[in-house]
Amino acid sequence: MSKPKFALYWAASCGGCEIAFLDIREKLLDFDAAAELVFCPCVMDAKYKDVEGMADGEIDVTLFNGGIRNEENLHIAKLLRQKSKVLVAFGSCAYEGCIPGLANLTTKEEILDYVYRQSPSVAAGNQVLPQTRTETPTGPLTLPALFEVLRPLDQVVDVDYRMPGCPPVADQIWAVAEAALTGKLPAKGSVVGVNPKTVCDECKRKKEEKKIKAFHRPHLVDPRDIDPVKCLLEQGIICNGPAVRAGCGALCPQVNLGCRGCYGPAEGVQDLGAKLAGSIASIIDSDDPAEIDRIVGEILDPVGTFYRFGLAGSLVGRRLK
Amino acid sequence: MKTITIDPITRLEGHGKISIVLDDAGNVADAYVQIPELRGFEKFCVGRPVEEMPRITTRICGVCPEAHMMASAKTCDAVYHVDLPRTARMLRELLYVIFYVTDHATHFYALGGPDFVMGPDAPAAERNILGVIHKVGLEIGRKVIGMRGACHELIKMMAGRSVHPIGALPGGMSKGMTKEERDLVLKTGKEAVEFGKFSIGIFNQIVLANKQYVDLILSDSFTHHTYNMGLVDEKNLVNFYDGEVRVTGPDGREHAKFKPADYLEYLVEHVEPWTYLKFPVLRKIGWKGLVDGPASGIYKATPLSRLNVSDGMATPLANEEHDRMYQTLGGKPVHQTLATHWARLVELLYAAERWVELASEPEITGPQYRVVPDKTPDEGVGVVEAPRGTLYHHYKTDERGIVREANLIVGTTNNNGAINLSVKKAAMAFIKDGQVNDGLLNIVEMAFRAYDPCFGCATHAWPGQGPFHIRVFDRGGRLVHDLRR
Repeated sequence: MSKPKFALYWAASCGGCEIAFLDIREKLLDFDAAAELVFCPCVMDAKYKDVEGMADGEIDVTLFNGGIRNEENLHIAKLLRQKSKVLVAFGSCAYEGCIPGLANLTTKEEILDYVYRQSPSVAAGNQVLPQTRTETPTGPLTLPALFEVLRPLDQVVDVDYRMPGCPPVADQIWAVAEAALTGKLPAKGSVVGVNPKTVCDECKRKKEEKKIKAFHRPHLVDPRDIDPVKCLLEQGIICNGPAVRAGCGALCPQVNLGCRGCYGPAEGVQDLGAKLAGSIASIIDSDDPAEIDRIVGEILDPVGTFYRFGLAGSLVGRRLK
Repeated sequence: MKTITIDPITRLEGHGKISIVLDDAGNVADAYVQIPELRGFEKFCVGRPVEEMPRITTRICGVCPEAHMMASAKTCDAVYHVDLPRTARMLRELLYVIFYVTDHATHFYALGGPDFVMGPDAPAAERNILGVIHKVGLEIGRKVIGMRGACHELIKMMAGRSVHPIGALPGGMSKGMTKEERDLVLKTGKEAVEFGKFSIGIFNQIVLANKQYVDLILSDSFTHHTYNMGLVDEKNLVNFYDGEVRVTGPDGREHAKFKPADYLEYLVEHVEPWTYLKFPVLRKIGWKGLVDGPASGIYKATPLSRLNVSDGMATPLANEEHDRMYQTLGGKPVHQTLATHWARLVELLYAAERWVELASEPEITGPQYRVVPDKTPDEGVGVVEAPRGTLYHHYKTDERGIVREANLIVGTTNNNGAINLSVKKAAMAFIKDGQVNDGLLNIVEMAFRAYDPCFGCATHAWPGQGPFHIRVFDRGGRLVHDLRR
């Protein structure tokens, strides 16, 4: 019997999902024994034409990372959907947009204008912008057009499973790969590679009553004043743990920094940013409106903090005109 | 006219395609490496608190997040005018050289190496890390996987996560190192030195002992006479974490040596309409088109460039290997692009030796792993050597430390001009009379692969900020909080 075929593709991504996949380490050899990787531009030489030449559904499982930022991303998303039996939105970008989704706070025109005209290192007075078609003496050259916004994978094609994480941690990747290889994937539509409950439930720090009088920026707190075992939020250091899905092992708080939510909303949380804004506001220990204003004002960047990973996939999704 | 495209180019970081235009006789008239994407980072960091930048800019690249974290943290230090205590500085450099070992190993064994181990024209399905493991044996495969894994474990221990680490803050690191942790780091560092020697042994055996490969490395088809760039310490020795930027000419003489904060006086970026990736050139010479030589501002910033601009390596074994490389290849500067693979292994050995040096310093476990900045933040530039070239971060903030402008020139972007030159020259040399096949096209790809490019990094570019507004209501529908940016 032939081995099941896997693909690992990146759209508008950073390559971290590929490195996380390599991080399954010696399990790579088990994977190699049990499956055939047929397309993965990061580490092997199959080209788009090779995928185009495959039969529909020929790939058993595609782990698709990266968001949909341009025409090429969209084209390959559709192609891989057609060629794959199971399509997994793999990692935060494909699942909910991730940090590149923060670009939805701006417009394509503003991006192009800054990068190619306003940036202090660009030649003064430059007016040239990249074009979808450029005529040269030896013929035309083409580029894919950028879209106005970045979209998660499920906004452009049907997705079978979603796997959060920036990137997904290696143990979870292997667990999902093993489930796929042994036919033990859960019902279509499930979020996979996660644990029940929230990051707080996985976090080793001690939680007591959450009542705070001030929020502190981590670099402005003297390291000697950070309690190594007490909940960071209870020390006034913003942590998204209460509403974020478990699965990473609560890594960030272990080095004295708050969770930023790369595992996305916990089960039952519809909009992570709104949920976090509410839960963080609720721990402020004051009834005095002026004091509340001051404390809330210490959260310098609520959007960039609470929607760090989920803006593109959130109810709002982009900047409102 | 007929155009051949290689799409996507593979065994690299990020997206790219090669378009090769053939004339009516089937010879190469032109060739381009086109970068098809832009994610738009450069503006959306505007509005973010600057201390978050080291954990936001990592997402430019998941292969070298440590490079962005470090460049960003150094930029934060500069923004806050804060000097690091010795322990903090050493912890950062230690983490960084551990990262270099895993990153250079990834390139040698998984990205660039398969061309040599399997052969440039081996079947496409075998030219990859799994092919390499099948050929060289499981034992070596496990050794490579084990070394990479050990590095990632240490990065996780020091900075929270193995991919997209987070530990660097303005003023130092978020966590210090215990003596037990140091013992593990030191033990693994000694293994890394052995791994570095072992990897050079493999290179000797597979590449240098094969006359066909040596001829390929030395051939004019993979040679370009450009300027070179890299960070050097006060003795002009290679340093990845800190120092001044040195640029030398095609003849090896110093063209410039500057402090990171002065980068805009020395560099300028040119824009072409057929690619999203900009072309940085030396400002004093300028953009003269895709040509090499002393009259063109195109430069390279690669492992080979770092060695070319330096007077050597700061550790003994790596310096011996550095000397052997230049003796073999005819002295500095070396312009043969494929020699970059060798230079990368010299650097891997240096990183491992430096790792042991730093882990042996008693102060590495000191309590001063971070200081709280006490000056008003405003503007700063931070530079490190990313494995793929000199990495510049530059932020301006308001008086609270909220980012108002961010500009970046990343490792691979430096090499955009040179990569285009290399691919065109290789295409012209190997594609003749309309004869094209997979093996020949892969040899053309080898021209870019030597640079270990990261087009994920190169297509960062971040935009901005709009009015955003969260209103929080209680269960009764009353407005409780009104958060605006």
